[in-house]
Amino acid sequence: MSATRPVPHQQKSAAFEYLTTRKDEFVGWARKFSLFPYPFVTACCAMEFMSVSSTLYDTDRFGAALPRFTPRQSDLLMVVGTVSHKQAPVLRKVYEQMCEPKWVIAFGVCATSGGFYQNYAALPGIDKIIPVDLYIPGCPPRPEMVIDGIMKLQDKIAGERHPIINQDF
Amino acid sequence: MAHGILVLQIAAESLMPVAGRLKQEFGFDLFLDVTATDWPQRRPRFDVVYHFYSTRDFVRVRLKTRVEEADPTVDTLVTLYGSARYMERECHEMYGIRFRGNDDLRPLLLYEGFVGHPLRKDYPKQREQPLVPYRDVKR
Repeated sequence: MSATRPVPHQQKSAAFEYLTTRKDEFVGWARKFSLFPYPFVTACCAMEFMSVSSTLYDTDRFGAALPRFTPRQSDLLMVVGTVSHKQAPVLRKVYEQMCEPKWVIAFGVCATSGGFYQNYAALPGIDKIIPVDLYIPGCPPRPEMVIDGIMKLQDKIAGERHPIINQDF
Repeated sequence: MAHGILVLQIAAESLMPVAGRLKQEFGFDLFLDVTATDWPQRRPRFDVVYHFYSTRDFVRVRLKTRVEEADPTVDTLVTLYGSARYMERECHEMYGIRFRGNDDLRPLLLYEGFVGHPLRKDYPKQREQPLVPYRDVKR
């Protein structure tokens, strides 16, 4: 092999060879399109959840397609439906088992505020026990509202800080 | 008769004989439910209401008996119908009716440590007994 022959892949082929970006923007861009939802589905909102995640409305377009049925593999907790006081310890434990970073969607009015269940049995909103990033009201919410909510959550993730090594970076 | 169903108003002591006779002689072989009605102004305060169904004749019958607030106790029907076990548990936790002879009256839909009987009229509507302590939410 001749030493003077140029190696093809080292040739300059385009005017732009690299881009610069901010670390948080880059990581946020990656994370917002790879949401792995954990469906904590307890009540009738499940029907709307199935509708929004299957072909007609298709949350796959937003990178939130594949439900993980273990909290350890997911980063988005979707609480879909009424949560009773008896279930509250379960929800709390599922939330604590999820690894950082994690986000929570309260899907439907029962998860948001208890809805019309203001009684001895129902938890009046899951934000009483775990922090919530996004509330989607409605009984049940329209799929369009859910998609709008997922897009809002993506905007939030894109604008967040994303520490990946320590608190400062 | 009420709402097309035969209603038998009986004393609490005669519950077992009447229920036994309904099952043995009249073929009411299916125990549908037991529940209670709370009449806060009335003495005695509670109605305990039973429904039975006959799969032979396709008819229902309702049994009603009254119990005092001070001693809301009736006999269990577990010896006649095994399914009474669960329904009496629910009636016990919701209304505080005690079923003499049912040895398993643990909470069924509620949880251990729940104070009071939520379907009684004097249970405050907004009273909560959370199992997980609430967060301090800054609003």
